[in-house]
Amino acid sequence: MTDAATERDEARRATTASGTASGESAIEIAGMNKWFGDFHVLRDINLSVFRGERIVVCGPSGSGKSTLIRCINALENHQTGTIFVEGTELSSDLKNIDRIRSEVGMCFQQFNLFPHLSVIENCTLAPIWVRREPKKEAEERARYYLERVKIGDQALKYPGQLSGGQQQRVAIARSLCMQPRIMLFDEPTSALDPEMIKEVLDVMVDLAESGMTMLVVSHEMGFARQVAHRIIFMDEGQIVEQNEPEAFFNNPQSERTRLFLSQILSH
Amino acid sequence: MAGERPVAFVAERQIPPSPPPVRTGGALGWARDNLFSGIFNSVATLLSLAFVAYILAMVVPWLFLDSVWNASSLQGCREVDDGACLAVINERFMQFVFGFYPDDLRWRPVVAFVLLFVAIWPALFSSAPRKLLIFSALYPLLAYWLIWGGSLWGPVGVVVGPAIGWACVRFLPSLAGGRLDEGIASLAAVGTGILATALWWLFGVTAFEDALSAVLVIGLEPVESARLGGFLLSSIIGVSGIAGSLPIGIVLALGRQSNLILIKAVCVGFIEFIRGVPLITLLFVAWLLLSYFLPPGTEFDLILRVVIMVTAFASAYMAEVIRGGLAGLPRGQYEAADSLGLDYWKSMRLIILPQALKISIPGIVNTFIGLFKDTTLVIIIGLLDPVGLLQPIRADQNWNGIVWELYGFIALFFFIFCFAMSRYSMYLERNLDVGHR
Repeated sequence: MTDAATERDEARRATTASGTASGESAIEIAGMNKWFGDFHVLRDINLSVFRGERIVVCGPSGSGKSTLIRCINALENHQTGTIFVEGTELSSDLKNIDRIRSEVGMCFQQFNLFPHLSVIENCTLAPIWVRREPKKEAEERARYYLERVKIGDQALKYPGQLSGGQQQRVAIARSLCMQPRIMLFDEPTSALDPEMIKEVLDVMVDLAESGMTMLVVSHEMGFARQVAHRIIFMDEGQIVEQNEPEAFFNNPQSERTRLFLSQILSH
Repeated sequence: MAGERPVAFVAERQIPPSPPPVRTGGALGWARDNLFSGIFNSVATLLSLAFVAYILAMVVPWLFLDSVWNASSLQGCREVDDGACLAVINERFMQFVFGFYPDDLRWRPVVAFVLLFVAIWPALFSSAPRKLLIFSALYPLLAYWLIWGGSLWGPVGVVVGPAIGWACVRFLPSLAGGRLDEGIASLAAVGTGILATALWWLFGVTAFEDALSAVLVIGLEPVESARLGGFLLSSIIGVSGIAGSLPIGIVLALGRQSNLILIKAVCVGFIEFIRGVPLITLLFVAWLLLSYFLPPGTEFDLILRVVIMVTAFASAYMAEVIRGGLAGLPRGQYEAADSLGLDYWKSMRLIILPQALKISIPGIVNTFIGLFKDTTLVIIIGLLDPVGLLQPIRADQNWNGIVWELYGFIALFFFIFCFAMSRYSMYLERNLDVGHR
């Protein structure tokens, strides 16, 4: 391992440590199960995410990784077990769900921008209507975040006029405008051309460096190596293996993980 | 070098953009491309032109050159010329427009009609001042008062109802003063508000009207429903039906998608029942049967009953059109709205409906046009819409035997309105089209 890499590693652990030191976990999932009809899609999930921690979730398609993070902001309902987000339990109580959703930002594979609203309106909608912020304030913050995802000059355009990478960056800015404490990413780069993947990943790296708690479902292993504190590998609805990136990539423990890694890293 | 194909290639310069080739030959070129591109197209073009020329050769002299505007009977027309006898339109024009509305009061529907455009302006064009929406909300009562007359206090009393309801919603929660849970308090306030409004409308309005009329009489001369007719009647039914069916249709479409089984069942039942019954049946129900279900002695205006039935009928269709629009939205839009913390009503109002309604515009306008033309069915229950007025006119000895002129005139009226709606919907679609998905 080079010196630089060691340094980076240490810095990373320090961040984790400081995140842990605050004592509270951002997300606490215990004994969680979910079924789609008869299909047992998530099996006995136990997971603690510390404040400031960055986790990349990977696994073959259909392994339940998207469903897992969609349970965290109640886009999907779990059937048994508990999920606590920032100390609030996710139950059928609508008030709790609304509170959690305003703490948790989410980016989708298909961006899901609102096509009938301009970029800036996409970003100010939730702050104005959910947080009841004055329009001017919301717009100022939207401009700040759009600038931060390097798309400030497109504020007045409509989503349909932007490239995929730009749309995904707007989607990130839209989530950030709600000033969430946790960001969920559901395969944010899977629908993008190779040239655009980098611009989105750069923004995510920048976000990671700011100390945001992040859960990222992704197959971008370079990104995972660079920013993740922990990598979770899922298969058939359960967490098969989790570890720090170096150990995960260099010394995978389970047979299933080794097979998966050999397949995605082989070309 | 000849015959050798190098595999490697590097562009040496950027090719600059150049304008597209000019279309050859202006109008002539256009005609060649669009009208005479091949034997079949040329023949079709010539046949179509011949057909159009034939029709015009028949219609133009009949309608314009040989038509008669001033005569007192069909015989009178024939003595002058053998073209269209438009004298009948000339003579009965006011009847076509107003039915049997009293001559000296005709300014009232005219004012109502002009104000209609002011009222719909903010709904149709986003450039209109938003404050006008208040006027739009009050317009139905104003129009009712202008057309039917009576004491001004009646419509004012109706407006007081929602004001009472609003006051309940606004001030009751603070009266509860934290003794109740916030959600329950606001829910109770809304319930009380709705109840208070309904009670006021049922019992308060008449007393209010009587009390204020005793103090100060402001009113217009009342006009009975039986005197309304012609295009005035068509417009009243059509405009009320259109204005009512869109919001009701939206609510029904949302209700049909609801997770709450009771609401869903009510909406599905309503939609399927109303859609499964011919409009004429509903009109008969409005005319004859409804009074059996109402308390004896209830005065319930026939036109109002018809408006309710026509609105219900159009709402059922509207709901299905809008459901199509809702189904056309990607699931991700709902999820994105949810993930930002928008509650159900906000996500519907801000995200889902604007897009779903935009997709549904052609279907919505289709329903509007259908509804407007269906207003002519009220002839079945004895209301004198323009088509209903034809019978007495054709039975008149002076105009006995006239057909084309009368039906053509009515057709023209309906065409103008329906065509205007169609053009507006195209304008709206173009206007709302921002980028592509």
